[in-house]
Amino acid sequence: MRPPIQPHNLVLRIAAKMLIPPILMFALYVQFHGETGPGGGFQAGVIFASAFVLYALVFGIGLARAVATGRLLRVLASIGMLLYITVGLASLFSDANFLDYDVLAQERMEGQHLGIFLTELSIGMTVAAVMIMIFFAFAERGVRP
Amino acid sequence: MLAVIRLRNLFAVVMLFGIYSFLAAALFVTLNAVDVAFTEAAVGAGIATFLMLSTLALTVRREKLRRKRSVIPLLVVTSIGATLVYGTFDMPYFSDPSAPVHGHVARHYIESSTAEVGVPNLVTAVLTSYRGYDTLGELTVIFTAGIGVLALLGYRKRGGKP
Repeated sequence: MRPPIQPHNLVLRIAAKMLIPPILMFALYVQFHGETGPGGGFQAGVIFASAFVLYALVFGIGLARAVATGRLLRVLASIGMLLYITVGLASLFSDANFLDYDVLAQERMEGQHLGIFLTELSIGMTVAAVMIMIFFAFAERGVRP
Repeated sequence: MLAVIRLRNLFAVVMLFGIYSFLAAALFVTLNAVDVAFTEAAVGAGIATFLMLSTLALTVRREKLRRKRSVIPLLVVTSIGATLVYGTFDMPYFSDPSAPVHGHVARHYIESSTAEVGVPNLVTAVLTSYRGYDTLGELTVIFTAGIGVLALLGYRKRGGKP
């Protein structure tokens, strides 16, 4: 990783500042709109992570690390994983098959919606956290102290 | 792709691969596979290119020239490639309606997913509802990859040795 771009690089900083919020919003849109449009947890997680990558490239890794600490990323990735399994176990304990969303709510359709929503959310969390984690692991190795 | 083989400057190779990924994404769009195109553009062209670039930044930019020509790897690659090409002869033709993939569960998904899952996007319905167990496996793969990278590279401790 080359050293972060110097403070006088104004155009890049302003452009990144303007771009990052729409990227994050778009990631959330892809996340929660995956049922009706193209996209879903995997894509949303990657887009969310790319916003962090852009931020870290322009403003330096230290500032990005202040927001997404290693502990937070690890916890997020694990929570995503656990949430997915919990959804599966919840339907298992409601006398249905593992990951059968029909029984999660009163109505069958509502159960399906809830199950898909929760699993997509967990996918998004884990993918975003792991992608940022891998990026930091790569990027910080290159920074000469 | 020929340029990728011939070029010695790895930075240009990575850029060409990024362009190739975007072209593949455009190809998926023309095939009406919007979800796959989305993933290809985000992961293939975005994150993968970036990871290769950061690896380049850690190592060197130029490929080392090797004068020695090796015959055995060429033979192995050629024979495996020939076998794979031979295997494709048995595959059904492109958009053949009687292909096995159209006769199995795909028909059931297309006809009854709206009644059974009630989600307009068929891909999401298949991925997370019908094939939820597979998706759990994929998620586990990503999670394990993250753990592996952390274990191999690790975080640099603040103010200390890596």
